[in-house]
Amino acid sequence: MCVGVPMQVISIEGDQAMTEVDGVKREASLMLLDQEVKLGDFVIVHAGFAISKLDEEDARETLALMREAYAPELMG
Amino acid sequence: MNYLDSFRDKKLVQGLARRIAELTKGRSKPLVFMEVCGTHTMAIYQYGLRSLLPPEVRLISGPGCPVCVTPNGYLDRAIALSRLPDLIIATFGDMLRVPGSSSSLMEERAMGADVRIVYSPLDAVQIAARNPGKRVVFLGVGFETTAPTIAGSILAAKVQRLKNYFVLASHKTMPEPMAILSADPELSVDGYICPAHVSAIIGANAYRFLCEEYRVPCVVTGFEPTDVMQGVEMLVRQALEGVSQVEIQYSRVVRWEGNAKAQSVLAEVFTPYDADWRGIGILPGSGLKIAEAYRAFDAELAIPVAVEELREHQGCQCGEILKGKITPFDCPLFGTVCTPESPVGACMVSSEGTCAAAFKYGI
Repeated sequence: MCVGVPMQVISIEGDQAMTEVDGVKREASLMLLDQEVKLGDFVIVHAGFAISKLDEEDARETLALMREAYAPELMG
Repeated sequence: MNYLDSFRDKKLVQGLARRIAELTKGRSKPLVFMEVCGTHTMAIYQYGLRSLLPPEVRLISGPGCPVCVTPNGYLDRAIALSRLPDLIIATFGDMLRVPGSSSSLMEERAMGADVRIVYSPLDAVQIAARNPGKRVVFLGVGFETTAPTIAGSILAAKVQRLKNYFVLASHKTMPEPMAILSADPELSVDGYICPAHVSAIIGANAYRFLCEEYRVPCVVTGFEPTDVMQGVEMLVRQALEGVSQVEIQYSRVVRWEGNAKAQSVLAEVFTPYDADWRGIGILPGSGLKIAEAYRAFDAELAIPVAVEELREHQGCQCGEILKGKITPFDCPLFGTVCTPESPVGACMVSSEGTCAAAFKYGI
């Protein structure tokens, strides 16, 4: 039930955002967020609400560190 | 396709599995890690992660499926409400087939009750706005991830001055049962795979007391296969080093302090109470009920209804399964009397229930 999908913000109107992932669009309320979001940001969408922002820099860094440590053959 | 798909990279998962095997090789006693989130339960089965782990690491499932830990009495009240005239039950899909003492919402719907599945509690608010002559009751079940969305729907209904939107609230909070299970000598959990999105709301600091009081390592872990494997690797390291700390594997989403706005919405609309957990019992301060200031939205107070006498299902082992003491395969009903088509217990119904996952993936 706590499944949340990372979706990209494609438009914002007041407290409502339109978000998209892989061509699927969903409206998401921003009323529960304590972080600023802008177009292009990824947010975790759960039951019609964005519940958290996804830190893209952190995500890329985690992936890079994992590749380095566990699958060096993937390092480009 | 976006870069986040790399968190499912097979090579990374295999690399992590190799590292975990190296670290734990030759241990006489397996390390036991518990996940307490239904989405982790599903991810572990779906990606076959158990089969990638060495015998020295055992993953067990805890009380992480909100539908599963909801006691029968709650279902009975929802069923009784659904039988009232001019009343619409709005719910997430998971609740529909859960058996109460003698019926389910699905059976009631077949007999004419107006039961509607919604994606968001805001959809239920909209149903209320469009049906002024009817009462709409949303079934508020879920942990700290879902509870703020229900709180948000109550605030939205208040702004719209709706008098016909109600919530039957049975929200639960995660850290309390984790403390109980940590202290259980029969279980001896070596570490927790802490929930991903619950932690996005409550923050990783919420688990510190488990490390300090119970000396259990806690790693807040994401839901993708590389996340789960990395979370397990971090727990293995802590266990081998003999430390117990909170670590955040899922740092792209979870912060130490959590989401302050969602926390304040929760504190505004709900108040803690001693909630009843299926299989575990009543735990002090482990649930959220609607606060006094919002009692007009509380279905339990606003819509009195006679509820049938509680009956537990004979032989159902959901309680023991939710505590991680037995696996579904140890339950005599599993796969025989109790199947996803005709479930006896809640763990077989919810898509993220341990029995449903074990039945579907068979491992």
